[in-house]
Amino acid sequence: MEEKQTMIDLKGIVKRFYIGMPNELEILHGIDLQVERGEFVSIVGSSGSGKTTMMNIIGALDRPTEGEYHLDGVDVVHARDKELSMIRNQKIGFVFQTYNLISRTSALKNVELPMLYAGMRKKDRLERAQELLCMVEMKDRMSHNPDELSGGQKQRVAIARAMANDPAIILADEPTGALDSKTGRKIMDIFHRLNEEQGKTIVLITHSQELAEETGRILTLKDGEIIGERRGRGC
Amino acid sequence: MLIGENILLALNGLRANKMRSLLTMLGIIIGIASVIAIMTLGDSISKSVEDSMSSMGVNNITMGVSQKSTTTETTASGMTFSRGPRMAQLSEEDYINEEMLTDLLERYPEQITGFSLQESIGSGTIQKGSATASISAVGVNAENLESADLTLLAGRTLTERDQSEARRVALVSEHMVKNVFGTANVDVIGQTIDVLFHERYYTYTIVGVYEYEESEMGFSTSSSEETQTMLYLPLRTAREQTHNRKGYSQLTVLTSPETDTVSFCTTLETYMNSRYYSKNESFEIRTMSLESVIESMTEMLSSVSLAIAAIAAISLLVGGIGVMNIMLVSITERTREIGTRKALGAPNSSIRLQFITEAIVLCVIGGVLGILLGVGIAAIATNAMGYAVSPSVDGILLSVSFSAFIGVFFGYYPANKAAKLNPIEALRYE
Ligand SMILES: Nc1ncnc2c1ncn2[C@@H]1O[C@H](COP(=O)(O)OP(=O)(O)OP(=O)(O)O)[C@@H](O)[C@H]1O
Ligand SMILES: [Mg+2]
Repeated sequence: MEEKQTMIDLKGIVKRFYIGMPNELEILHGIDLQVERGEFVSIVGSSGSGKTTMMNIIGALDRPTEGEYHLDGVDVVHARDKELSMIRNQKIGFVFQTYNLISRTSALKNVELPMLYAGMRKKDRLERAQELLCMVEMKDRMSHNPDELSGGQKQRVAIARAMANDPAIILADEPTGALDSKTGRKIMDIFHRLNEEQGKTIVLITHSQELAEETGRILTLKDGEIIGERRGRGC
Repeated sequence: MLIGENILLALNGLRANKMRSLLTMLGIIIGIASVIAIMTLGDSISKSVEDSMSSMGVNNITMGVSQKSTTTETTASGMTFSRGPRMAQLSEEDYINEEMLTDLLERYPEQITGFSLQESIGSGTIQKGSATASISAVGVNAENLESADLTLLAGRTLTERDQSEARRVALVSEHMVKNVFGTANVDVIGQTIDVLFHERYYTYTIVGVYEYEESEMGFSTSSSEETQTMLYLPLRTAREQTHNRKGYSQLTVLTSPETDTVSFCTTLETYMNSRYYSKNESFEIRTMSLESVIESMTEMLSSVSLAIAAIAAISLLVGGIGVMNIMLVSITERTREIGTRKALGAPNSSIRLQFITEAIVLCVIGGVLGILLGVGIAAIATNAMGYAVSPSVDGILLSVSFSAFIGVFFGYYPANKAAKLNPIEALRYE
């Protein structure tokens, strides 16, 4: 019997901005979502529907205004700031649309960064970073700074960085949004590999219906509510 | 996160903004440079003065007759005469005489070990055939001769009998012997020399030749023939020659090593003035020891130091505010980076440490540049004043730690601001 483990458990998540002010804004209106370990989920929806807002809550970057959230069994809503940064460091790997590599810092150092915050030793850090950069086929560009890399290369470095502390979940917010379809394809292949070979739970935000179709489950968000859920090809 | 990584990161950031960093450091550089310059200057001067003091005798007190400085005398009509350039002539009773010296010796036997006395005759010329030599003759007592610290090359020094019988004997320099006699030093012992002072010849018998030390004469650009050397005579011989029976206008009191010269100076001055000079209208006794000179010199220097310290404090304050400002700018520029770091799991403390380290590195580099500049300025100034530079180690250590402190103090607020940034806002920042 296959044991199912809930990785992400959102219950009645509400997010409001400008609380208590006349322009108070409710972006998420009670989201319920469970994601099992090893799932590859994509979230689609029009711009401004609240995808990034939801992703930030999943990634423990932000707290919901209301609702309960357990990540791998840990209560995120009631965790202290320091615990949240630990969760982000150990359990989550972020991949952003705009790469967000640290400038004037080599690809290698960028990948080392999460391990540095984890307090890993220099030698182990270096070894792991090199290994990860090899995995994303960036071995020959390790010492280059971000401004010397193409968009696709930057995103591959960013994925290597997200994988640094071997997190359970990878959260990717439009990782191919700034890339041409061929380069985007390459990035998607890496995600599939991570999902299939390493069993990573992946949540992917995308505007591309095509890319969403290849994931296991497709969630459609509209005006802060999940209005649709269906299975994809990658199931 | 490791300190080393943070320092590398900070240096990286500074390298990327060289000009901006330099301008930011300017206040710190100027502040530290002025502190270092004045400390180095002070250290160099007092070290040089101390060095020269030890050779001049720490236990000497100079005592002299001096014109009264507080000469605002009120006349019967109520008019006041302020002191002016009215130079009164020393008359017989104004001098320090032998009785006073005897009295002092009896009164302070513990402190006073003797008096170094001298009677200056002035410049004269020795002539022998076509050879001439210029000399400066001075009558000295045994104590004075001792403090001159001569090295005898031939013959003997001046004896007690030379002194008491006022013999017409002299100690001459080897330099003079070479120029006038051109023979070995021993050959001139017992020979006589005729010295011309103010169109009158005086004859002395040479009893000793002393080693002539060029350096003692300071810088002499004149040729060696023109160099004036000293001719030492017994004190009484010289006094008879100058017809001086009045006493001394200046002398040196030699004290025992245990004596505190600074306070004994005051004691002597007070005693002499109340006992012998209280009725004297225009003159009084002034005393001074090398130690007291140093003391007043240090005092003067420290008041200058205080003024410089004030300037330094202001420029360090301005520099510190500049650092704070540039840190705030830097943090705003790097808001997204801070957001990213937080997303990667950086705790607030590590963000704070990163930016405090950056501020410290900025300040310490400024401090080091300031030290280099300050030592440079001090080196130029001390050279111009003729002292040797001795960089103040205390000052350097103090400056480095103080600039680090400025970094912490003015870097804390911006760093804390960075640490407390909301990760979402930081990542959304455009
Ligand atoms: N920190 C914030 N303060 C105020 N409003 C916010 C904040 N974050 C998001 N919003 C608002 O919430 C809404 C949803 O934003 P969100 O970024 O989640 O959209 P999205 O679905 O990711 O859109 P896109 O596809 O364009 O990235 C938007 O209207 C946005 O203006
Ligand atoms: Mg978005």
